[in-house]
Amino acid sequence: MSDALLPPEFAELEPWAATWCLATEPERWAQRMRSPMAELRAFYDAFFPRAEEAIAHCDRLPLEDMPPEAERLLQLLHSLLLVSYAVEVWKQPEVIRCGSARIDRVLEPRP
Amino acid sequence: MENAIPPRRTRGVEAEDSPVGRFQRPAEGTWTEHHPELGTGLVSFEDSISPAFHELEREAIFKRAWLNVGRMEQLPRNGSYFTKDLPGLRTSIIVSRDQEGGVRAFHNVCRHRGNRLLWEGTPRGESCGNARQFVCKYHGWRYGLDGACTYVHQASEFFDLRKDELRLAPLHCETWAGFVFVNLAREPRQTLREYLGPMVGALGGYPFHEMTERYSFRAENNSNWKVFSDAFQEYYHVPPLHTHQLGPTQEAQNPEYEFEGAHYQLDGPHRMVTTSGTHKHHWPAEHLYPSEALTRSGSTGPWDAPDLGSTLPGVNPSRISRWGIDNFQVFPNLEILIYERGWYVTYRYWPTSHNTHVFEADLHFVPARNTRERLAHEYAAITFKEYGLQDCGTLDGTQMGLEQGAFCEFPLNDQEILVRHFHKTVGDWVDAYAREQTAASAR
Repeated sequence: MSDALLPPEFAELEPWAATWCLATEPERWAQRMRSPMAELRAFYDAFFPRAEEAIAHCDRLPLEDMPPEAERLLQLLHSLLLVSYAVEVWKQPEVIRCGSARIDRVLEPRP
Repeated sequence: MENAIPPRRTRGVEAEDSPVGRFQRPAEGTWTEHHPELGTGLVSFEDSISPAFHELEREAIFKRAWLNVGRMEQLPRNGSYFTKDLPGLRTSIIVSRDQEGGVRAFHNVCRHRGNRLLWEGTPRGESCGNARQFVCKYHGWRYGLDGACTYVHQASEFFDLRKDELRLAPLHCETWAGFVFVNLAREPRQTLREYLGPMVGALGGYPFHEMTERYSFRAENNSNWKVFSDAFQEYYHVPPLHTHQLGPTQEAQNPEYEFEGAHYQLDGPHRMVTTSGTHKHHWPAEHLYPSEALTRSGSTGPWDAPDLGSTLPGVNPSRISRWGIDNFQVFPNLEILIYERGWYVTYRYWPTSHNTHVFEADLHFVPARNTRERLAHEYAAITFKEYGLQDCGTLDGTQMGLEQGAFCEFPLNDQEILVRHFHKTVGDWVDAYAREQTAASAR
């Protein structure tokens, strides 16, 4: 599969890669907010059981100089953690009791 | 005992003797009565709903107090600079490190015709980088990092222009523990060190400089800056508002469990609270969210602390057991939260009207060395925003409730002593300013 986005060991997650391999928190936040809960849950259910393996995979590589497939896997892990709040805690995409408030992340380390 | 969740307290003699807590209070019996000048009566929040008071506050407090505008890590080399908008003060400043390494601050305004000197994208956009000189985009005047004008385009066209006297307008600028402060007063009444006093000053040796990995957040909130700050001066609100933060199970959501203000201290206009709580890294997995267990991180930060050495100056001043967080409120608008697990957070609140403010938050970590550490930091940063949004949302409602005028004065309990002290301090500064204005106009 020449157009694979993720390392071959994680080929089963390819269907999620185009949507959730996002480099910044503002992009990931926007994606969470516009996704129906069923989709967030499906992504979480598909990825969470393999998350520890994915962390171990990336952990063997230098953070500052990752091959692009591993860096995308790391982005997918970032998305998983953001989605985990919707699935594990709030049971909805939005934060409970946040009203119309918004907090923007304006600076973050990369990758 | 640390690897078990403490049992829920049952009502009984012991609980009534000390309704909240395992920790010693002062001899007077309460923290509040230990400071008789605070009183124990109802407190007015008129200071948080009055447009006139907001105007006074700007002059009496924000144009007189030392204000934190950044960290030395933002000025890594000689020639580094950054600009900073001071919301609500109609002021943009340049902070620079000159060729001798001295830190300076200037109004971000060209001496020629008042143009905003440095910006990116739009004149409202902040800018940072490395420079040998600052060049005005309008008529090309140039300034050295020391603020002296070095070039006037077609200087011979001007009348009586003395180029060697032209400078950017300087601001008083001092640093402490890597924090950069400015003071907008013509002559500050105290040096920064005098102003910070012994309690905050004791943190001077804390290794802030090792925590160079930063996540920054910004919010525009529909509440008075004090109403927002008040929420971070007490942990009384945590179990009811942030129930989910404590954990997924009933046992984990035991209100006695995670946060307890164990020690309170006041020093001049500044104040602090130390919390105690069971550390999550000792909890059984069934009382954790799966992602907490996966990342070994959460609302009190990454579980695996970096090695910062054995002594951490200034933290946990009362040496309480199971230390959690030291929360220093540096008057007027800076909060420094130091976590037991070796990271820290700063909040800044900038009033923009009587019922709006800009909130800035920065999370600082020792840089991640690998994916596991990166994700522990990321999960802590995600967690900060999730629960911070609950505060932002709720405090909009507090502002509306205060403005409704149904009540004029409000009861504060002993755990809310810092709220009491904060509003009193703000009132004292505004009163002092008003007295000076009256005296000056009588002359």
